[in-house]
Amino acid sequence: MNLKLFAIGLAVALAASPAARAAGNDVVIGDIDDLSGVYADNLGPGGVEAVKMAIADFGGTVLGRKVTTLVADHQNKPDIGASKFREWADQNGLSMVLGGSNTGVSIAMSKVAAAKKVVFFAIGAGGASLTNEDCTPYSIHYAYDTTALANGTASAIIKGGGKSWFYLTADYAFGTQLQNAAAKVVETNGGKNVGAVRVPLGASDFSSFLLQAQGSGAQVLGLANAGTDFTNSLKAANEFGITKTMKPAGLLVFITNIHALGLATSQGLYLTTGWYWDTNDDTRAFSRRYFEIMKKQPSMVQAAYYSATLTYLKAVKAAGTTDADKVMAEIRKARINDMFAKGGYVRADGVMIHDMYVMQVKSPQESKYPWDYYKLVKVMPGEEAFGPITGLCPLAPKK
Amino acid sequence: MYVSLTRAFYVLACAFALAVPLLGIYPVFMMKLLCFAMFACAFNLLLGFSGMLSFGHAAFFGSAGYVTGWLVTAHGWGTLPAIAVGTAASALLGLAVGALAIRRRGIYFAMITMALAQLVYFVCLEAPFTGGENGLQGLPRGALLGVLLLKSDVGMYYFVLAAFVAVFVFIRRVVHSPFGQVLKAIRENEPRAISLGYEINRYKLVAFVLSAALAGLAGSLKALVLGFATLSDVLQSNSGEVILMTLVGGTGTFFGPVAGAAVVVTLQEYLSDVVGGWVTVIIGAVFVACVLLFRRGIVGELAALRQRR
Amino acid sequence: MTQVFGIPVAVILGQLMLGLVNGSFYAMLSLGLAVIFGLMRVVNFAHGAFYALGAFAALLALQKLGIGYWPALVLAPLAVGVLGVVAERLFLRHLYRLDPLYGLLLTFGIALVIEGTLHQVFGSSGESYPVPEALQGVLNLGFMILPIYRAWVIVASVVVCFSTWFVIERTRLGATLRAATENAPLLQAFGVNVPLLMAATYGGGVALAALAGVLSAPVILVTSDMGSSLVVVVFAVVVIGGMGSILGSIVSGLALGVIEGFTKVIYPEASNIVVFVIMALVLILRPAGLFGRE
Repeated sequence: MNLKLFAIGLAVALAASPAARAAGNDVVIGDIDDLSGVYADNLGPGGVEAVKMAIADFGGTVLGRKVTTLVADHQNKPDIGASKFREWADQNGLSMVLGGSNTGVSIAMSKVAAAKKVVFFAIGAGGASLTNEDCTPYSIHYAYDTTALANGTASAIIKGGGKSWFYLTADYAFGTQLQNAAAKVVETNGGKNVGAVRVPLGASDFSSFLLQAQGSGAQVLGLANAGTDFTNSLKAANEFGITKTMKPAGLLVFITNIHALGLATSQGLYLTTGWYWDTNDDTRAFSRRYFEIMKKQPSMVQAAYYSATLTYLKAVKAAGTTDADKVMAEIRKARINDMFAKGGYVRADGVMIHDMYVMQVKSPQESKYPWDYYKLVKVMPGEEAFGPITGLCPLAPKK
Repeated sequence: MYVSLTRAFYVLACAFALAVPLLGIYPVFMMKLLCFAMFACAFNLLLGFSGMLSFGHAAFFGSAGYVTGWLVTAHGWGTLPAIAVGTAASALLGLAVGALAIRRRGIYFAMITMALAQLVYFVCLEAPFTGGENGLQGLPRGALLGVLLLKSDVGMYYFVLAAFVAVFVFIRRVVHSPFGQVLKAIRENEPRAISLGYEINRYKLVAFVLSAALAGLAGSLKALVLGFATLSDVLQSNSGEVILMTLVGGTGTFFGPVAGAAVVVTLQEYLSDVVGGWVTVIIGAVFVACVLLFRRGIVGELAALRQRR
Repeated sequence: MTQVFGIPVAVILGQLMLGLVNGSFYAMLSLGLAVIFGLMRVVNFAHGAFYALGAFAALLALQKLGIGYWPALVLAPLAVGVLGVVAERLFLRHLYRLDPLYGLLLTFGIALVIEGTLHQVFGSSGESYPVPEALQGVLNLGFMILPIYRAWVIVASVVVCFSTWFVIERTRLGATLRAATENAPLLQAFGVNVPLLMAATYGGGVALAALAGVLSAPVILVTSDMGSSLVVVVFAVVVIGGMGSILGSIVSGLALGVIEGFTKVIYPEASNIVVFVIMALVLILRPAGLFGRE
């Protein structure tokens, strides 16, 4: 008796579980992100809020159809990210997805985007391969990639006199990409790459690697890592007095990392970002609204969510349909002018080209109010930052 | 009474499973569930029926996925041969790990499997063919025997369902066979089994290899269903999840792991959208509750309830 | 510069020092684990979670109550120890008569609950804990610059480890604890409150973990998952040392810290897993562990 009941119960539960079936005509925007893991502070719930703000700002409807959002947590597992994407495309009338957070999940999602013909804005992941070997006609890499970051930071430091570099590299593909991109800039500008050490991801103690860096005698400590690895290595570098003899260069740094570290530890650090909340009146206006909801200033990726959503909705309006091919054509034609970028555009390989900002972290004395962390060193035009088309993407052959 | 009820249940379950695409349930989700159910059943062969707790079973699940994935992409192999080789690879890995781990029992056995699983993770991370932390992506499903195309989700679903049923029946056969009886004896009273003259190490090793091979089969299928093999397949947390599935469903029962897998996979897929980061806390609480109160798991408790009447 | 195997002596000595620093953390953490396992036959998978709790307790004490590092060194472990006693009374106690694997699974679940809650409450980015003023600055040892705080860590853990070892192996209280593992009912017949002893042992073990957490807060960022990656390594250390042996875990912890340090120079990518390789080897060649008593 009980087993039968159980089986019936299971059947009912499973049948009822696939949640929101889209209300027929809506334009469905999906956000598949890391809502609870290591990237949640950079992206996560803040990104969802930004998307909602963009939809509200656009008017809530496009082409007479209501715009709704679906949100899912991929928990940094490509399984869940890709299957959610696929499920929504098959069952919920999905027309656009934002998110990814890390390169592995983003690549998996971009393959689904290509198979199901859904526009995909990859935001948060750094991997340049998304617009090279793994490019698809429907994926757009928004906000930043490893090339732009490395270009910005490395060139600024070299011009400031930091000629010899030693790298602390996360033993992961993006770490290598960061290191290689920076190394290329160093060499082109007449500098020297003295050496590098590959650190396992998630190492808790960096002291011995830092000692090796110091022993190399290089002028610049290139931190080709991210997240907790970055914060722990910089903290240790400070502790061991290494930052007194070597200039620290953060190759992938978010404002949330600086907030966690504090200015005393991170002051003087050079980094590159695609957007900063305190740049101009437009950015400040957006950030004020965001701050009211999230009680934190937005990071560049959270701002990117806002901009990407607006860009998409504008393109749908211009195309007169949600058909992915037509919308992508409009997106590629458009100029992106909002609080995120001025004169931005999407290139053939999917990179969203826009200006990047090389920043230096302020000292505690220079900082006048909460979250006043960066001072601008230089603005790098998009083409220079993201580099020329590499030719690795079949959609964008080298000229 | 007892037998016919169980049979009725299985008939119902089969009917339900066959009708899934018609019921409008998302086939990819069901396939993922079936793969993990297979994984849990394979794990239960070792825990529930042989009394050995392995803390690194994800190594077999994931490595088979990688091997299969590599064969279908880099070498353009067909689907069935790739799955076969993937399963064989995890069986071999099971032989290597088992040979080392069997020397010890209980906690130490678990620790060895955990340590060796970490080594497998490291290899998967560093080896050039695995694609590092991006994993192997875009795996094609190919065709069955070169004829039946598996690209459609419904077609693939029936293939996976057939594989699952085969594995399930196979495990039942093994457990009810003389070999399975010896395993049970070893689980109940190892010194006695030794004194009766059985070469327990050999039996344990065979059980381990079988469990590893079936876990590998599940992993290969999952890789093809979803189209990728990544590091999260070989993570320690994946090993923890399969333990949870088996525990929640009921060790030492046949349908238990399936029920447990259904619960855990569904929770992961849909709960985190609702409660966000609290999923971990909830899963932890479920673990604690199961260990303290529902040690027999869902199916075990139900069976005990019925017997009490 | 003199070189050994192509590596300058200064570098070797430097890595030795750093290895000792890490080793001291391993030693203190594995000590707590060994105490709990040796005396209670429970494999405490929640050890990493209590370690993180200790660090967070110190952080909270500083931010909300203005309690500095030095009082926190005592108060945080105390608070976490109490929590441990509560957990033991509520949950663990019921599982002693069962297979020890259930205790392992239970503590695994407790770890998930603690770490998940920390993550939800404090976010994923983590927070910084400042180095106490008295310990700021560096020592110039000639072959390397060592922050004073790291030197303090070595001293503190060695003191804690050896005092714990002394208490357990050489005092009457320790003897009572050891008797409880041998034959609890008999001990209870002699009038000793064994359940209280068990609760106190678990509380003590996790307090040691929390102390390690407070010690490490100024060194690494305080995050909810700071313990989970560490706990697997610490288990390996305890297994290598011999699961019931206090001395074994202390010595193995220190030794493995040093070995790991050298691996970071020779083959850095593998430094995360060298402990597991050694553990597998030890289990094959000397199953009871280096100092084990089986």
